[in-house]
Amino acid sequence: MRKQIFLLLAALSVLIIPGCSSQPVQPWERDVLAQRKMQLDPYPLDTYLDDHIYFSKEASRGGAGLGGGGCGCN
Amino acid sequence: MQLKKKKIRSQLSVATASLLTTVASTSQALETTSDWEVDTSVLYYAEADRVSLWEPVIRLRKDFGDDSFVNFRLVVDALTGSSASGAIATSSAQTFTNPSGNSTYTTNANETPLDPSFLDTRAAINMDWEQPWGKDVTGNLGFNISKEFDYLSLGVSASAKWDLNKKNSTLTTGFAYNADTVEPVGGAPVGLTNMPVFPTVKQTMGSSQDRTIYDVILGWTQVMSRKDLLQFNYVYGNESGYLTDGYKILTVVDGTTGDPVADPAQRYVYEKRPDNRTRHSVYTQWVHQFDEDVLRVSYRYFWDDWDITSHTVDMRYRFEMGTKHFLEPHLRYYSQSAADFYQTSLIDGQTYNYASADYRLADMTSTTIGLKYGYEISDSSEFGIRIEQIVQSADPSQVIGNQSSQDLVPDIDATILQLNYTLQF
Repeated sequence: MRKQIFLLLAALSVLIIPGCSSQPVQPWERDVLAQRKMQLDPYPLDTYLDDHIYFSKEASRGGAGLGGGGCGCN
Repeated sequence: MQLKKKKIRSQLSVATASLLTTVASTSQALETTSDWEVDTSVLYYAEADRVSLWEPVIRLRKDFGDDSFVNFRLVVDALTGSSASGAIATSSAQTFTNPSGNSTYTTNANETPLDPSFLDTRAAINMDWEQPWGKDVTGNLGFNISKEFDYLSLGVSASAKWDLNKKNSTLTTGFAYNADTVEPVGGAPVGLTNMPVFPTVKQTMGSSQDRTIYDVILGWTQVMSRKDLLQFNYVYGNESGYLTDGYKILTVVDGTTGDPVADPAQRYVYEKRPDNRTRHSVYTQWVHQFDEDVLRVSYRYFWDDWDITSHTVDMRYRFEMGTKHFLEPHLRYYSQSAADFYQTSLIDGQTYNYASADYRLADMTSTTIGLKYGYEISDSSEFGIRIEQIVQSADPSQVIGNQSSQDLVPDIDATILQLNYTLQF
């Protein structure tokens, strides 16, 4: 469990420390971030189908989104 | 009139953003400036000598203006083929009773037993509504229903996103709850009881069993620069109720020779899993744009109280080929440790509280290599095709005596082919 907490803290540090120190991106500088290819999930159907496949073929679930359920396929 | 105003406003904001920046993007299409988005896809998934699946999906997204949306998704999948029953390959032919109890099937010597009666059609509907609450908070409420002939799933979900720091940071919280009902063909067998020899009927716990699943997510997204996004999620999940796969069995073997026991009525037992599972995952994703190309890397660490831990690394690199085409190679590597009750076979005379020979609970790695091609047909439509290959390799929990001459857990090769078409209007 200690290992998991360490991982959690490490990941949070990686995320938050540089985030706080960087210059905020201004609204008029968001042209690149507004592109479809820069979204967190640019192709939701690809993600949905991948989740379905890996949910059915592996023991892990959740992470990128809620683990959910929704089918008896595993 | 309202729609016209909204379109003009959206177009103006995109135009303004382009004017104010020195690096003009050559791939601006399919940004959310339309009222409707229709996303369609067809997936073909096939495992060598096992299951194959067709899965068409359609997703509709309606933009009501003022950042409120409704998403609607309809999925149908048709699955055919054979699935590993959990029994091991042996040096002689084996006969099994079908789950229905009405007939038998036989597996040749030295072949992995596959249940040939694996046939299913599923339909699922999902709907969610996204609505801003004030200036910085967006709420989402979702419903889903999924039906197979032996499975029903009903779910609700709710989440909220809170934008901070000039929208450079976003905090996400969410909750999902599913109430599922399983109705295995021929009834849910009593776990760890023997699979009877046809025509004797198996012992069951009734025809219908329930399982409930809930998940909680806490996420943080950070804009790191004009071209960098970082995401971090923690997901907690709990499953309770009937978590056993009523179709899976295990072979009972002699502890020295590893051969199945002589009495056919004692040779196979139905699997049994614990009735509760708590799981956790931490996930990070980094998205970075070079001049035009985009790199997307993610990592997930997963652990649960069945003793399963896993690592998943996923990487996609989108090569822009001019303004209308892209190629995106994809690599994914997954590695998991076995559940504490995973057993390739059971030793005669030993007592087990829980046991499953499902290879998906074994020590396993899964490697995916794929390539996607995308074509921007116009400013409002895009076509995509991807092909991927998955190789899964699992290890047996133990190899006893003569079992060393068998491939107890064969590798699985699967191919994915997917076509996509997106249209905005």
